[in-house]
Amino acid sequence: MTIKVRFFASLREQQPEGLDQIEADGVQTVAQVWERATASALMPDNVLCSVNLEHRDRDEPVSDGDEVAFFPPVTGG
Amino acid sequence: MAIQLHETPFDPAQQLAQFEASQPAGSVGATASFVGTMRNHNEGDSVEAMTLEHYPGMTEKQLEDVIEDARRQWDIIDALIVHRVGDILPGQPIVLTAVCSAHRAAAFDACRFLMEALKSRATFWKKETLAGGETRWVEKNTPGH
Repeated sequence: MTIKVRFFASLREQQPEGLDQIEADGVQTVAQVWERATASALMPDNVLCSVNLEHRDRDEPVSDGDEVAFFPPVTGG
Repeated sequence: MAIQLHETPFDPAQQLAQFEASQPAGSVGATASFVGTMRNHNEGDSVEAMTLEHYPGMTEKQLEDVIEDARRQWDIIDALIVHRVGDILPGQPIVLTAVCSAHRAAAFDACRFLMEALKSRATFWKKETLAGGETRWVEKNTPGH
């Protein structure tokens, strides 16, 4: 199965080698997507996650074709 | 209801005038609005410029969800969120929220809600350029209450 992965803001800069798509056989959760996409880099405590454009927790299950994103706390407005 | 993301500066007064003019004649008894502008200082440092990054697709969806949440909580006629992305200079507007309703309480309360909700949920990230040329990501928003 394939998962599209996106990093934003400071995380994108910290993960220049981060994969934008992973072959995710055996990957079941958002946290495992992070591990696969970052070569098991430690995920900072304040990292937020989304699945298919909705905020989700790290233990959210993922499915083939999902878009999973990682980003720091939002600072708009 | 409408959301807009602008990559270039926008005029809040013009946006608000268009918003008010688009409402059914005579239906609106109150319009509340908020404009956030970029400061030239933050956390004790002079700030010369800022770049606002967003997550295309998710950001728009979050803003639409914020307006829908406001609609569920207050009896409002219409709502507007306009937000900048890209490169911004001090003094330029970052965000405009506006709500119109029959009576003022709903307009005031829903307008405040739009701002606080978008600041906590919508996927925007600010990167500041300081006076010396150094850049840094803003780590968190200031509390609104």
